[in-house]
Amino acid sequence: MSGNMTAPVRGGRKTNWKDVVFSPRYGGLATLLLVLLATPLFIEGLYQFDIAILVLINATVVIALNLLVGYAGQVSLGHAAFFGLGGYATAVLTTRYDWPSLLALAAGVVLVAAIAAVMARPILRLKGYYLAMATLGLGMIIYLIITQETWLTGGPDGMSVGALEVFGYTVFDELVWYWILAGLLLVMYWLAVNIVESPVGRALRALHGSEIAADNSGVNVTHYKTLVFVLSAGVAALMGGLYAFYSGFIAPNTAGFMHSIELVVMVVLGGMASLVGSIVGAALLTILPQYLVVFSEYEWLVYGLILMLMMIFMPRGFVPTLHGLIRRVLG
Amino acid sequence: MAEFLQFLVTGITIGCTFALVALGFCLVYNASHVINFAQGDFVMVGGMSAVFIMSSGVPMWLALVLAVLIGGALGALLYKGGIQPAKNADAIQLIIITVGAALFIRGVAHVIWGTGYFSMPGFTGDTPIRFLGVVMVPQSLWVIGVTVGIVTALALFFTRTRLGKAVLATSYNRDAAKLMGIDTGMILVLSFGLAGLLGAVAGVIMTPITFTNYEIGVMLGLKGFVASVLGGLGSFVGAVAGGLILGLTEAMMAGYISSDYKDAVAFVLILLILFFMPSGLFGQRGVERV
Repeated sequence: MSGNMTAPVRGGRKTNWKDVVFSPRYGGLATLLLVLLATPLFIEGLYQFDIAILVLINATVVIALNLLVGYAGQVSLGHAAFFGLGGYATAVLTTRYDWPSLLALAAGVVLVAAIAAVMARPILRLKGYYLAMATLGLGMIIYLIITQETWLTGGPDGMSVGALEVFGYTVFDELVWYWILAGLLLVMYWLAVNIVESPVGRALRALHGSEIAADNSGVNVTHYKTLVFVLSAGVAALMGGLYAFYSGFIAPNTAGFMHSIELVVMVVLGGMASLVGSIVGAALLTILPQYLVVFSEYEWLVYGLILMLMMIFMPRGFVPTLHGLIRRVLG
Repeated sequence: MAEFLQFLVTGITIGCTFALVALGFCLVYNASHVINFAQGDFVMVGGMSAVFIMSSGVPMWLALVLAVLIGGALGALLYKGGIQPAKNADAIQLIIITVGAALFIRGVAHVIWGTGYFSMPGFTGDTPIRFLGVVMVPQSLWVIGVTVGIVTALALFFTRTRLGKAVLATSYNRDAAKLMGIDTGMILVLSFGLAGLLGAVAGVIMTPITFTNYEIGVMLGLKGFVASVLGGLGSFVGAVAGGLILGLTEAMMAGYISSDYKDAVAFVLILLILFFMPSGLFGQRGVERV
């Protein structure tokens, strides 16, 4: 290093109020906290709470998936299988083997994380469509096993699940569920912000750009890809288990291909590599079908059309597009 | 031995369908680098159209031709209405557009044709043929014959005609092809249309054997995707080989072991292949430039 270096300028320019407002760490977290606190004031009835709870579950899964897809650039078309397997592990252990709720939940997460860790090395070696194919294949195998092993899982009809019991307290109330899941979403968001802004996040973005370049710059590519793959799978399993407890029932389609696609669409529609986007994407795609029910048999036709239009007109996703617009207006 | 031959015939018949679907994936991938998740739904539309055009009193052969043309038009329409307008989108956005298109096509089929299962008579009757202890419907011969015919025609198209060579040139390098005066926009429409056509042909020839339903495209599309990746994405020989390998493996598994996991065969096979050959059987090993 030469001796006459000027003092480094942090970030290149002064941070102003816009950076604080628009930063995921401050503006994003504050907004999320406010929305989560205010939502129960505006919604009422079991039906609306049910939708809100589904949004919370999906948003948490999608944030973790976005770390894998949006930041690390590794597309997974089989993520629903991790969600479903977590749900089924919890369901089977509590109803057939009388395990305590939390232990079963943890076992589901450990099982899925272990599968993800074992599969990570051969799968994440693949690139582009070959990676998509492999994750799709793994997901389909898990889905088909769940559908076939009727003695354990109830087969295509699904199986019912008991209520979540935590230290003798049984969680029944929708509002309690809401706060539990809202808390988890906040934790997940906070965790993701910290990961993204840490050296791990930098490593993920580097390998998204070019794996060879990242590797040559000293980033342990395999290690970081495995890490984020296992993390996103584990989070999906945890939320799958909680979903099983919450809804009291689980069916194979939670692990199916269409659900996997739905999760990826939430990531892309909200905005790749946008954590706020993940929440918005999850909310949009969870709420949308509820309104499309009015189209009855035209439901899927309309859904497909909306999907196409949104991707054609907002390829970057909802939040980055909106963000760009607002920033341009503010100058 | 007779048992083995029986499974062989079943495997080749179903393998031919997979090969046609895989060729559709291949055409679209080569032209646009898009994985078209609506490819399986072209098969459904082909079969369904044939059944319903026939039931309205149109002679069979005319109905078959019309059904195939509908498939081709649908393919071209997918490009014009979904892929072309999204010019600057990345692969993942384009995939989602094709998924949206698949849901849309399935939705339309649901509205027009309902949720029932439909079939139609074999092209030349349904009296089984016995040969060397193997029993097969004449339609199996149609499936195999039509597939061989199409693969031959495609091979001639790509090696002997200017248009076919233009398609290949576009798939190697779209910009260079454009600079050489090839109308690449037209090539893209042609490729998608051809993919739709091949899908519809698969649907038309299989429906007398396997029935059709508005949802069959989901699994068929996924297996066609498996077949095309198995052979190496973008390789025409690979697509045909991948389809046949997949069909044979499925038939042998179902015949000798158990049919419970018939649908899982494709996915186990592709995972094993990819673990050992990350670019498929016939795929080129690309070098990534930094």
